[in-house]
Amino acid sequence: MSELFYDAAPNATRVAPERPGPRQYPAKPREVVLFGTCVVDLFFPEAGLDAIRLLEREGIRVHFPEGQSCCGQPAWTSGYATEARVVARAQLAILDAGMPVVVPSGSCAGMFRQHYRELFAEEPDTLERVASLAERTFELTEFLLNVCQVEWHDLGEPTRIALHTSCSARREMNTHLHARELLGKLAKVERVDHHHESECCGFGGTFSVRMPEVSGAMVKDKTESLVTSGADEMVTADGGCLMNINGSLDKQQQAFRGRHLASFLWERVSGEGKA
Amino acid sequence: MSERIPVTELTDGFRDRAEVALADGQLRTNFRTAMDSLMKKRADAFPDEEEREGLRELGNRIKARALSRLPDLLEQLEAKLTDNGVKVHWAETTEQANEIVHGIIQARQGSQVVKGKSMVSEEMEMNDYLAERGVECLESDMGEYIVQLDGEKPSHIIMPAIHKNRSQVSKLFHDKLGVEETDDVNELIQIGRRTLRRKFMEADVGVSGVNFAIAETGTLLLVENEGNGRMSTTAPPVHIAVTGIEKVVENLRDVVPLLSLLTRSALGQPITTYVNMISGPRKADELDGPEEVHLVLLDNGRSGAFADAQMRQTLNCIRCGACMNHCPVYTRVGGHTYGEVYPGPIGKIITPHMVGLHQVPDHPSASSLCGACGDVCPVKIPIPELLQRLRQENVKSPAEGAKVKDGGAKYSRKERLVWRFWRTLNSSPVLYRLFLWGATRFRKLTPKNVGPWTENHTAPVPAKRSLHDLAREHLARNGGQ
Ligand code: SF4
Repeated sequence: MSELFYDAAPNATRVAPERPGPRQYPAKPREVVLFGTCVVDLFFPEAGLDAIRLLEREGIRVHFPEGQSCCGQPAWTSGYATEARVVARAQLAILDAGMPVVVPSGSCAGMFRQHYRELFAEEPDTLERVASLAERTFELTEFLLNVCQVEWHDLGEPTRIALHTSCSARREMNTHLHARELLGKLAKVERVDHHHESECCGFGGTFSVRMPEVSGAMVKDKTESLVTSGADEMVTADGGCLMNINGSLDKQQQAFRGRHLASFLWERVSGEGKA
Repeated sequence: MSERIPVTELTDGFRDRAEVALADGQLRTNFRTAMDSLMKKRADAFPDEEEREGLRELGNRIKARALSRLPDLLEQLEAKLTDNGVKVHWAETTEQANEIVHGIIQARQGSQVVKGKSMVSEEMEMNDYLAERGVECLESDMGEYIVQLDGEKPSHIIMPAIHKNRSQVSKLFHDKLGVEETDDVNELIQIGRRTLRRKFMEADVGVSGVNFAIAETGTLLLVENEGNGRMSTTAPPVHIAVTGIEKVVENLRDVVPLLSLLTRSALGQPITTYVNMISGPRKADELDGPEEVHLVLLDNGRSGAFADAQMRQTLNCIRCGACMNHCPVYTRVGGHTYGEVYPGPIGKIITPHMVGLHQVPDHPSASSLCGACGDVCPVKIPIPELLQRLRQENVKSPAEGAKVKDGGAKYSRKERLVWRFWRTLNSSPVLYRLFLWGATRFRKLTPKNVGPWTENHTAPVPAKRSLHDLAREHLARNGGQ
């Protein structure tokens, strides 16, 4: 360290919370819980099922607790912390069992890993359970890559895809490069770049309905760069972004579509869905 | 979830202005191009991620340490500056600050002021205040000069005229100064310069901002690229610096990393062309410099932010503008949409302390919480986290007592009821599954129009069967749970 890098901390009152750095991964467990997320539950259930299949393929027994609903994020990001806390507490109770929790969505995983800490900041007892859940929570792609260390044989036809990475994967979970690596394991999949790949698609939960003008401009730019990328389709590991992007493409009557990465991966490695 | 979210009526005009900005193709292109280039410049200025993160960490700690001793440091700064011959003034409100500045000008019977770029003077609306009292106040920073000429406010804190392209500036100069139109940027700058040069010599008072006020030595540090700041602070016989109270740092050593963070985050520069360190008026044996130097320290709501441990982080800001440059919302709507002095992510978290949350109720929501701002902030202000906090303060009922100035502006009983309903639904497995059952079974009845969502999307239609159903069936088959 040079002269300049002296310790400046002695009287600091508060230092910003850290974004997650690299994490230590456990050995592959025998059982996991899948937290489906409310958006996948209702709108993309096949993606949730494909996530289960991908995990089972690795010899893991998957549990799907029936009591699960929503991680609490919509209320939390809208400013309704009390309401979010009640829903979060219900999920905590369901996910308490100590098994790893796999989530097919960066933003809901980010809620467990990052925001439950803020939500329960004033409840020391709950914070312990929150820490345990955060420790056990994995976004699907990081789990497949780093815990399962999957090796796949690509059974699909050659294809070009554009990958959309969510902001939460990037900034709350540090998992945005995992999908890229997973796709890299598929011999016949070519990943094409698109403009402003790291920029937000404009969803932001209730942002999309509170600020429809700005959000709409964001998603239009996003769909345009996807459509012009030369890819056959888009894949993403986040249900919210998927709903946003596909909903906008549909409104614009574009043929191009996105789908959940879990479904895409399952199709490639199982050979199912081939025409 | 698919239930509709009611949007409260109360608005600060952000959405209306955004709509206008979004419809302006030229404006959108200007911003997209400018922001793309600024993002690249910043990235190039920090090639080593480890060094960048180490520096940001250090920047955060320096500012947190300075803020933890803020009252002490301000006293020390005042004492040192006074020793150096600088007159220190305190202003709680912008009105008081303006009175102080006007008083100093009056004492010299001045009528002409040149100003280096200063966001605090914008906060004070100093130009208007002085103009009403017969004092002409001319902006000397080229960008500020351009917006002043056009009767506008800055749309960015570092590059006030970033929303205009060169042909728009050329046209403006033609209309206002009567010069020939030209596409040559250099020529445009020369036109501005010729006008300003004369003014520096004629001015009675020079006004500037401050980037860092150093308590240990009583030094006012000011960075700039055009030399106008140096002219404003040395050519006229009186120099008045105006700054917010949060700009004080402990010592000169603290400034080195902060300066490096500031210039690299802002324009991707290793250092600016001019770094001015002002520690007092002209001494008896010196040939140049002002005869009088004043510092006006402005609070304007900052001590309110200071009093709140979480919101205090807002005061870390060194006004580099990187959060704007990287914000997808700012990039699309530009600075004027915010309708306040400080636009973009930093504006959204600092403005409520200055004008009260009820004046800017839409600002905290005008973010997708994508996190880009927090990621680039050189002093690691957790902007998304603070926006989140402001959203909570915004919707508090009067009984809950918001802690940020004029919070509760967006409280709506109706909206609260919807979230209560959402809460009940999502915390009761029975009700939730009943909801899934209904939504999947009656999916054909999903309305085609679901409020603001369907302005940009088709309505999402629930799947035939929920994941709850599919998973139960699948796992039963596979001997799972
Ligand atoms: S909040 Fe951070 S990024 Fe934004 S202007 Fe201030 S210091 Fe720069």
